[in-house]
Amino acid sequence: MIQDLVVYLLFMGYAIGFMLGLATLFTWVERKQSAVMADRIGANRCYLRLPFTNVRFVAWGLFHGIADGAKMLLKENFTPKTYDRLCYNLAPWLAAVPVLLVFAVVPFGGTLAPGRLLPQLHPFFGERSYAMQVAHMDAGILVVLSFSGIGILGTMLAGWSSNNKFSLLGAARAASQMISYEVAMGLALISLVATYGTLDLGAMVRWQSGTLFGVLPAWGIFTQPLALLLFLTAAIAENKRVPFDLPECESELVSGYFTEYTAMKMGLFMLSEFIEIVVVSALLVTMFLGGYNLPFLTDGGFVLPTGSVWHLSHPAVVLLQVATFLVKVFLAGCFMIQIRWSLPRFRYDQLMAFGWKFLMPLAAVNLVATAGVRWWLT
Amino acid sequence: MKKEYWNKPALGLRERLYLLEVIRGLCITGGVFLGNMWKWLTFRKGALTAYYPEEIRSDYSPANRGRHVLTRRENGGVQCVSCNMCATVCPAYAIEILSAADFDDPCHPKSPERFEIDYSRCIFCGFCVEACPEDAIRMVKEVPDFPGFDRDAMWAGRDLLMNWRPTGDPAKQYPAASPSPVEVQP
Repeated sequence: MIQDLVVYLLFMGYAIGFMLGLATLFTWVERKQSAVMADRIGANRCYLRLPFTNVRFVAWGLFHGIADGAKMLLKENFTPKTYDRLCYNLAPWLAAVPVLLVFAVVPFGGTLAPGRLLPQLHPFFGERSYAMQVAHMDAGILVVLSFSGIGILGTMLAGWSSNNKFSLLGAARAASQMISYEVAMGLALISLVATYGTLDLGAMVRWQSGTLFGVLPAWGIFTQPLALLLFLTAAIAENKRVPFDLPECESELVSGYFTEYTAMKMGLFMLSEFIEIVVVSALLVTMFLGGYNLPFLTDGGFVLPTGSVWHLSHPAVVLLQVATFLVKVFLAGCFMIQIRWSLPRFRYDQLMAFGWKFLMPLAAVNLVATAGVRWWLT
Repeated sequence: MKKEYWNKPALGLRERLYLLEVIRGLCITGGVFLGNMWKWLTFRKGALTAYYPEEIRSDYSPANRGRHVLTRRENGGVQCVSCNMCATVCPAYAIEILSAADFDDPCHPKSPERFEIDYSRCIFCGFCVEACPEDAIRMVKEVPDFPGFDRDAMWAGRDLLMNWRPTGDPAKQYPAASPSPVEVQP
């Protein structure tokens, strides 16, 4: 029992470190990538200095994320005169915490048997093995959808309780946009569920570790390419980033629903946006890009389509899977940042028309087609 | 009634599908990104912008009114006769001159002992250059380099103003006679 506690505490620590670390990294990636894309230099001034020396670690401006965090913690926490102090203070947490919770059901590695990892650990752990996932739930996708639904409440509360018209407009836009796109996202995910025959994200990754026609890895991007597009679009819209950043557009609403937030409260909204990039990338990787597995990699080692098997030791497999997941999530996040810096913004009516008249029917057609194929195959 | 605009965008099917155009746009930005990253990996500079204080922009116009310089006579002495015209005409009161007298040189008895320009006030209008009867003060295209945290550090003194090394200017042939061979980059 105590072994389970130790392992799951480690998993939780890893999950939180994973999300916060990658989110901080993505604040830097966003600046630097947009700069490089636009022939600029980008953030490069922040440095750590060795005490009492003039040795500075600039590291291409990597420390700007830390400087941002320190700045937000040290700024004045200015609050407006609001009639709803509770909701005002609750909203940032309600926006940030559900996003963190979503990651609980995402598997970030295969099976971990700590006893086989190091011989010194064997007397303590024995032959126990754990799926590398904070919460092992059968209802994985439902948990994802419901927690991202709670996130809407945070933005709505923030806009409503700020006592500011800009905030209120931003919140109204955020609510309608997120709810609209939740529908398309849900339909896209249901067709995915119909393909994999499971709601559990871990089982989905195991399904994808097989092959299609003997050669192609059975990733969701090959079995459900349309659902990938729909999910990606809806996820960016849920994330409220360009080209769907109507709730916080600077040119019309000062900064939308968090206009009246300062210091770390505003920082929580910002951080939740970046954590959401991480989480959406993780979901994208898990459901469409083979999760923690490289092509042809299973828990035992590589099984190539030619039939040859390359066995790997357990620590090597675990390390490879964790590293693969990290790299895949990072690349997916970079792709989302590239979308954010490439595409112009929708107009509000275009946004709604796109969501309801284009994405949702497409998702429904995809679902019907998937169901037909499933029925025909069985 | 819906107004018809003369420049109404005519979207074909490809544009209205949006997806293909999105992919095209992503290819453009991704291509620029990868190109610049490749330049970076091969130790070239991809960015068009300059690191501000460390790097001097190469695209200043030759007629740019940048920092001031004090010209010299053929013997290396300062050309300025300390007439105070520039300080008088200066709309920002940025120029301060302290005169010195040297009666051994009867043609030019007055010269500036101190000649200082406050770049925190200078508006780079060029009036001082126009007012000067002696062609003693000019403006070169490089900008003065005074980023700092202190206004008092934004003064240019006589030594800094006199470190101009004209090349290819027939009227000013003095680089060989310059007293200090090391050029101070202001």
